Amino acid sequence: MTLNAFLSLLNGAGVTISVSLAGIALGVPFGLALALLRWQRVPLLAPLATVYVSLLRSTPAVTLCLLIFFALPVIGIEIDALSAAVATLALNTAAFNCEIWRSGLMNFSRDQIEAARTFGMSGPLTFRRIIFPQLWRTCLPSLVNEMTLLIKSSTAIAVIGVAEITRAAIRIGAQTYDPLPPMLVATGIYIVLVLVFVGLQRFTERVYGHAGGAA
Amino acid sequence: MIRDFSLIWQSADRLLDGLINTVLLSLVGAVLALALGALLAIPLMASNPVLRLVSRGFVDLMRCVPFLMLTYLVYYGLPRLGLRFDNWTAGLVAIVVYNTAYMAEIIRGIWSRLERETIEAAVAFGFHGWRLVSRIILPQIVLAAGPMIGNQLIQIIKDTAFLTIIAVPELTHAANSIQAQYFIPFATFITAVLLYWALCMLVEVGVYAVERIAEKRR
Repeated sequence: MTLNAFLSLLNGAGVTISVSLAGIALGVPFGLALALLRWQRVPLLAPLATVYVSLLRSTPAVTLCLLIFFALPVIGIEIDALSAAVATLALNTAAFNCEIWRSGLMNFSRDQIEAARTFGMSGPLTFRRIIFPQLWRTCLPSLVNEMTLLIKSSTAIAVIGVAEITRAAIRIGAQTYDPLPPMLVATGIYIVLVLVFVGLQRFTERVYGHAGGAA
Repeated sequence: MIRDFSLIWQSADRLLDGLINTVLLSLVGAVLALALGALLAIPLMASNPVLRLVSRGFVDLMRCVPFLMLTYLVYYGLPRLGLRFDNWTAGLVAIVVYNTAYMAEIIRGIWSRLERETIEAAVAFGFHGWRLVSRIILPQIVLAAGPMIGNQLIQIIKDTAFLTIIAVPELTHAANSIQAQYFIPFATFITAVLLYWALCMLVEVGVYAVERIAEKRR
């Protein structure tokens, strides 16, 4: 494998990292919004959120990616491959993040909410000042765990031609007729990425408490 | 939109073929992975440190590698070493190798939380060796593992969609070929998504049934 091939794999790693981070940046708050809709039992929107979570949790990332990339232009929304990739990861991870936020909300102490109400705090103010500062600390380890899973499912965006690690490895393999070395290097890069997130998860667990699952 | 769905209805046999392949790959893959995972759980729990280190290394490696990467390694990488599979078999091999690690970890987790008392009582009643495993240990593991194995099965069903990239004729692949032919991407992929949803619901119903049985046996 040449230096050039290695550099294009690193370039792919850059794409994987930036698309994943963009997916996380959009998916985590969207998941929180869905969780709040369900937690507050907002009429009409809460059942919609429930259906969304159930549907998206059972949709493969590859299928979702193809749906977004090919179907949105048909209904008049032009979308390039990179945006479709970010949208796929964000919509997918939001469903899982919703469940994490929701379990945090369900376990939140009622006493504190009632105390806040007694002091005359409005709903939104209670959320901002009382609930959220504690909520994100308890949810963080599980959220980071979900980010690890997102890195692994980000390979799905190779299907629409985004030049991330997997795609780069395939291209180099096809050009050199020797697919094994670029794939092993690509696998190595994924292992490093995942281990960084696992390390981050251990760190957040130590600082803020325990997560539910494992990577 | 209605015309789109009627086009899909005309190609229902192709979608059905895809669905059957998805179900077949998931079920056969899950059963083989569960059997191999149960075997792999033994070295994971062994007192021999070398056995434990090697098996732990494999499990942790699989948990770090994306499924698609492993599929590529099996499909494009192994022929270099003289092992050549057709796409369907390569897909199945990837599913089995990958999920053996996850199943082993699930079984190990439950095994290590198993109560000593029931095993000691069984030994006192004269159970040992394979009979101890098959009559006392395994039923407890299977009943306790139900929900986790169900979750893993859902993960496997979703992972089979990756196999479209190595041209395995599963559900997503069928949907993609139909949408390419008639250019009706929205209707076809929505249909595929709903079918995946139905499959995952079925698994959840199954898990619920196993949980009810486990509850009764308590």
